[in-house]
Amino acid sequence: MSQKIRVVIAKPGLDGHDRGAKVIARALRDAGMEVIYTGLRQTPEQIVSAALQEDAAVIGLSILSGAHMHICPRVVELLREKRMNDVLVVVGGIIPDADVPKLNEIGIQGIFQPGTPMQEIVDFIAQNARSVSYLRGSRDA
Amino acid sequence: MERDVLYTPESIASLDYARDLGDPGEFPYTRGIHATGYRGKLWTMRQFAGFGTPEETNQRYRRLLAAGGTGLSVAFDLPTLMGRDPDHELSRGEVGKCGVNVTSLADMEALFDGIDLGAVTTSMTINSPAPMLLAMYLVVAEQRGTDWAKLSGTIQNDILKEFIAQKEFIYPPRPSMRLVTDVFAFCAAQVPRWNTISVSGYHIREAGATAAQELAFTLRNGIEYVDHAIDAGLDVDTFAPRISFFFNSHSDFFEEIAKFRAARRIWARVMRERFKAKSPRSWQLRFHAQTAGVSLTAQQPYNNVVRTALQALAAVLGGTQSLHTNALDEALALPTEAAATLALRTQQIIAHETGVVDVVDPLGGSYFLEKLTSGIEDEAMAYIDTIDRMGGMIPAIERGYPQKEIAESAYQSQRAVESKEQVIVGVNEFVSAQREEIGTLYIDEIAGERQLARLAETRRRRDRVRVDAAIERLQIGAKEEETNLMPLLIEAVRAHATVGEMCDGLREVWGEYVEDPII
Repeated sequence: MSQKIRVVIAKPGLDGHDRGAKVIARALRDAGMEVIYTGLRQTPEQIVSAALQEDAAVIGLSILSGAHMHICPRVVELLREKRMNDVLVVVGGIIPDADVPKLNEIGIQGIFQPGTPMQEIVDFIAQNARSVSYLRGSRDA
Repeated sequence: MERDVLYTPESIASLDYARDLGDPGEFPYTRGIHATGYRGKLWTMRQFAGFGTPEETNQRYRRLLAAGGTGLSVAFDLPTLMGRDPDHELSRGEVGKCGVNVTSLADMEALFDGIDLGAVTTSMTINSPAPMLLAMYLVVAEQRGTDWAKLSGTIQNDILKEFIAQKEFIYPPRPSMRLVTDVFAFCAAQVPRWNTISVSGYHIREAGATAAQELAFTLRNGIEYVDHAIDAGLDVDTFAPRISFFFNSHSDFFEEIAKFRAARRIWARVMRERFKAKSPRSWQLRFHAQTAGVSLTAQQPYNNVVRTALQALAAVLGGTQSLHTNALDEALALPTEAAATLALRTQQIIAHETGVVDVVDPLGGSYFLEKLTSGIEDEAMAYIDTIDRMGGMIPAIERGYPQKEIAESAYQSQRAVESKEQVIVGVNEFVSAQREEIGTLYIDEIAGERQLARLAETRRRRDRVRVDAAIERLQIGAKEEETNLMPLLIEAVRAHATVGEMCDGLREVWGEYVEDPII
């Protein structure tokens, strides 16, 4: 039996709308993953440090406020600084189409807009956790 | 709620017309609070709007009023809602994004530039910093020579639903409740036409609650505010007529209409029997409704126009006093001008073309609707009794009771969508291969830069000594239970203190609330 995938679900920024974060946390747990929910208003530093302490394979960010272009690059940058290159970052929320390629460029492939089935997110994480190579392949690696 | 295939006179045999329904305008107001319904006055078409700088939002307001909107409704950005100035670390990337940024008096002046505050009614969706933003509005009116007695509008000021659902809290529950009752007392004396609270089920529903949970938690919050105000020494009939409510209008058409009717009946009885209010105006539940944001889909966005129209019709048939209709693009972004206008037009079509406004409570007496109204009332009363047994809403929140109930409902409703037990057109059935592209509003970083520059300008021009003295007086007042903080906040606003400075002053005295995350 393989080890359970550990996922940190985080709500960065000032927003408190946590329905999506909580529903996904439960869905991942029901799918057999170990889920750590950070609670509200976490800075990128706090999120990355939670992932380090929890030895998480995945960080899931829930962002509805429009601050994703500030938060996501910072999380990826911190992961690189801390040599946590194998941590998969996924993001869910109100992410305009125009920002999707920009997030892809910094290495985030799992971007889930409103209406995404929970199963699709579960499957994406199950397939991609621990096999992230995009950060290793980047010029900083 | 389970539904039978047919309802008959048997279904409502226990219903007594005079006791349970009453004519419109008569206790218990199940059929409406006005005898003449919408023939006397249409609902207020109040479109919630705000983005970027105060100047940009002011332009949108002027256009909404020109297009026939009849009231304003301010959407603030997250830094304002959380009492943080634009230069705070946590405000990075958030200024002007979800709403308009208002940091100091200069911003409030710009927001209402060219708009007569004595002639419009303004709703401000603001909770923890509600007293600060109300103080700014009052000072702008004062500068323009508009008498406070002429001002009409609403501040949301509903902190309990923040702890339960939306989570925009700053201080712990007890000092937060004191800010609420300070506003009640101040406005009863000085701003008599102002609605001092909008007890909100909207956010509770958006967070995942069922219709009955929305109704129950909202009305129980209302009871909590009345209890606290009475404990603070206020006479119930001085403040209760200024309490208003705010509900979600969701997709289950008849259930929503039943919910609005049950809300009026429960509140009338609670106010007359539980609180012994004597004024009929204390018994009457007035409410604003907004169509369900959470029902909007990013897929096939034009479908959202139809959803919103049906939800708006339910709110009208339920007797709403005021309505916001969501725009078709709001699962993707804040609405474009064109989308916001179409949302307003949807209300105008219901009001002027369908004929539903001609008869008061046109569905009253329907076997099905009356049965549903009683059923949702019973379900809500059971929750209210449970919370009473816990010692009230604050102990219930501290135990995480409503939070857990809502999280469970949210998860069950998502599972129903995944299993297709609940069909969402365009999402889990009737899916299109092609994505429909629509243009959306994109808010760049310029608003944030402009607000930072204006804040720096304000800090440079004002009298620092006067600001510090005002904040110090506010802190002293916060330590004394008997002091009403509103006059102290008004003085701080006159000195050009910022929202962040006023909120920080109180943070130092009261501390901040940290929730125990529940999943």
